Amino acid sequence: MSARSKELATLVLAAIAASTAFASAWIAGASELDPGWVPWALVLAGVFLLAHLATRITVPDADPVLLPLAGLLCAIGLTFVYRIDPVDGRKQLVWVAVGVAVFIATLLWLRFDYRVLERSKYLLGVSAIALLVLPSLPGVGERINGVKLWVQIGPLQFQPGEIAKVFLVVFLAGYLRDKRESLAQGRMKDIGPLLLIWGAAMLVLVQTSDLGSALLNFGIFLAMLYVATGRVLYVGLGVVLFAGGAAALYNALDRVQQRVTVWLTPWTDEKVYCAINGKLEFRQNCDSYQLVKSLYSIANGGYGGTGIGNGTFETVDGTQLIPYLQTDFVYSAIAQELGLIGAAAVLLLYLVIVARGMRIALIAQDGFSKLLAAGLTFGFALQTFIIVGGVLRIVPLTGITLPFVSYGGSSIVTNFVMLALLLLVSNRATAAARAR
Amino acid sequence: MNTQLARVARVAMALIVALVVATTYWQTWARPGLAARQDNEIQRVAEFEVRRGLILAPTRVVARNRPVRAGGRTLYFRRYPQGRLAAHIVGYSTVARSRAGLEKSLNGALTGTERGLDDLVRQSLDELKGEPIVGDTVVTTLDLRAQKVAFEQLGSRCGAVVALDPRSGKLLVMASSPSYNPNLVERRFGEIEKIRADCRPAAPLVNRATQGLYAPGSTFKVVTAAAALDSGRYEPGSTFVDPGYCVVYGKRVNNFDTSSPFGSVTLATSLQYSVNSTFCEIGKRLGAKRILDQAKRFGFYLRPPLETPDGERRPSGLYRSGEPWYPERDRDVDAGRMAFGQERMLVTPMQMAMVAGGIGNAGIVMRPWVVEKLVSPEGGTVARTDPERLDRAASPVTARDVGAMMVRAVEAGTGTAARISGYRIGGKTGTAETGVQGSNTTWFIAFAGRPGQRPSVAIAVALEGQRSTGGQTAAPIARVVMEALLGRTANP
Repeated sequence: MSARSKELATLVLAAIAASTAFASAWIAGASELDPGWVPWALVLAGVFLLAHLATRITVPDADPVLLPLAGLLCAIGLTFVYRIDPVDGRKQLVWVAVGVAVFIATLLWLRFDYRVLERSKYLLGVSAIALLVLPSLPGVGERINGVKLWVQIGPLQFQPGEIAKVFLVVFLAGYLRDKRESLAQGRMKDIGPLLLIWGAAMLVLVQTSDLGSALLNFGIFLAMLYVATGRVLYVGLGVVLFAGGAAALYNALDRVQQRVTVWLTPWTDEKVYCAINGKLEFRQNCDSYQLVKSLYSIANGGYGGTGIGNGTFETVDGTQLIPYLQTDFVYSAIAQELGLIGAAAVLLLYLVIVARGMRIALIAQDGFSKLLAAGLTFGFALQTFIIVGGVLRIVPLTGITLPFVSYGGSSIVTNFVMLALLLLVSNRATAAARAR
Repeated sequence: MNTQLARVARVAMALIVALVVATTYWQTWARPGLAARQDNEIQRVAEFEVRRGLILAPTRVVARNRPVRAGGRTLYFRRYPQGRLAAHIVGYSTVARSRAGLEKSLNGALTGTERGLDDLVRQSLDELKGEPIVGDTVVTTLDLRAQKVAFEQLGSRCGAVVALDPRSGKLLVMASSPSYNPNLVERRFGEIEKIRADCRPAAPLVNRATQGLYAPGSTFKVVTAAAALDSGRYEPGSTFVDPGYCVVYGKRVNNFDTSSPFGSVTLATSLQYSVNSTFCEIGKRLGAKRILDQAKRFGFYLRPPLETPDGERRPSGLYRSGEPWYPERDRDVDAGRMAFGQERMLVTPMQMAMVAGGIGNAGIVMRPWVVEKLVSPEGGTVARTDPERLDRAASPVTARDVGAMMVRAVEAGTGTAARISGYRIGGKTGTAETGVQGSNTTWFIAFAGRPGQRPSVAIAVALEGQRSTGGQTAAPIARVVMEALLGRTANP
């Protein structure tokens, strides 16, 4: 069985699982045996079939598991976004289609040799910083929930930080491949650019108040630096610098300060008055409102979950319990309705993607490909960890998306670009191994 | 580079595994703690997805459900068709102010969560089918007609009427005034706070029948008389000399009416006309602890047993700084004053109904109960209350003798306002001074039944802030409520 036939078979299995989930969400919402879910399932299956045809043409030897897993995650995301808000669900389906289109375009564009990217690494590096700072420029950025992450272009809201991450990984892969020898020797003049990147991360942190994005990008940088140089010292130094920088800025960043306080003490000792949903309420969980409600939601799932469509996301009087449920908190919706078994299964999908991604990095032939695959995969893992860990109160909560699952166009499209790049690296590595 | 890659891969995978561990923690280990938190609205919603059982009295509905479709699910809110009539026993179940009364104490049965394995399996199947959980129906013993009469009699006065069947302990009437309409608790609580009555604060949410603590006044003489006879030192015919007052610790305590001292009186006459000096004398002779031990056998120093929440019932007895207090030594208490119901003795109307019932029921106090049975949604009886003896409060002879004295008090004594022709009624009045001139707590306690039969009703009426005596204020109320009850309860 060829890699692509395995991919098709896995896609079919994923489609069956995903259709079942989506059908149950639909039927629970309609409270009757309504076949309205069928067109959705067909559209999604069709979109992924197109993606599969594209991989057949462009990357025949690439890893057969990644695309079906991404498809399954997309379907789970779509199910829950639809279940929480049908209007957003419709938009999400469109975004998945757009994401797959970009995925196919990327594959077609780079099908001969993705390493052309290496040539424009500095351009990409500068663009990455620019994109990260862009939303904080006056007149451009849109402040939502106290963080500046969005850019409004006509009717489209766009989160440039998402795509900046991919640019950053490509830049670092190219840059570190060049400099790894000298960096590994630890010459002082080569430390300069590293300090520059650290400075840029701090700048982004101050400009956007977005701890999550800063943590993610700096984490990717440290991981790639370690892979390139093998020097734990750099990682230690980086962690100390980042922590030191963040601590020094801590007092100046209200948003970050609040997030950390909430993380450490979600429940205050005494009730205080605070404004929630436009009403003055007397409660023990003012700023931590979302986090606490989200923990209740997760706990309510128990082992087996309430079942899709049976979870409780509204109060007795019909107001939504957790704000931003379909974006930042989609995991707490999944954990409630699918329970420990389902949530763990979803996390295992991420684990398999991470394992396959790292395997691609291991078998890749050249340094650029290895660093690219490792950077993309580690970024994928770290992003999942930061958002889900935030929801689970392992780390302070920051508003970044859960890859392939959260509602949001920029995130979906970016993740498909990352997937395309991984498949391109994988295809080249497998083909080369076979040629030998 | 592959060594580093393998390490980074391990770190990346460890990050995801950490998420699995944390999810497990929240969904298993931390789950019960989070579910129990007050601000957990998910739990709140789940509570209102249950179709609670009805509450009946005994056939009329006092609590039912009002289904509301909201966001793809059906929520069940409570309605109380009888309004204020059964508010203090039934309580309420609301989103805004949680629960009270039987709605609180029987929440498990009403929501069907206290069931056997078979039921749980069926319940899980229902849940899978999307059908609501249905709770058990609670059948109470309240007599709503007599309950209504009691409220009419109480009017705007503050106080309580408690009536039970002394033969079984079955609660028939429990009216606490002012009452409130439980339908207003959810959204119009302000209207309940505005309720006014003859007392301040009106405190309509307090169940004065089981939470109200009042000085018992002369009604406590029934306990003292029982202690005197049970001690063997006195007989109904024992004589005392009444100077019109009693000297305790060198101070004179007067009879209620000092204008005409009785001179030489028997114990029986003393109870009939409520002569303080006689009981003062008995108290000093017997000592406080002996009388308190007798009181204990009537149920004092114990939360009156009833199915309402513990927090809504308070024990009777001596109180010191707000807490029930049992003296270590006799001399810690002024036994002479305690014997006729002063000192720091505080009692609930419920307790005094048990005293009257114990005397009427040949010395045996039955455990009071208001829940007759629990009925499953399929119609089967899940649980039924069997009458149970709480304690023997007095010997049968003592009970007969004290009972006879009480009958004389109603026929030709302080309690004549409670007479009902064709029935044998024994009662005792009480007028407790509160220290404020012209503001007494007035009492009447009684048992009633057909002549030659065991009494079928025991009653206690307590009124706050009255100008005149228990015989003039409380006894007439007791008579009207007893009339409403006797017609149906006398012949089982």
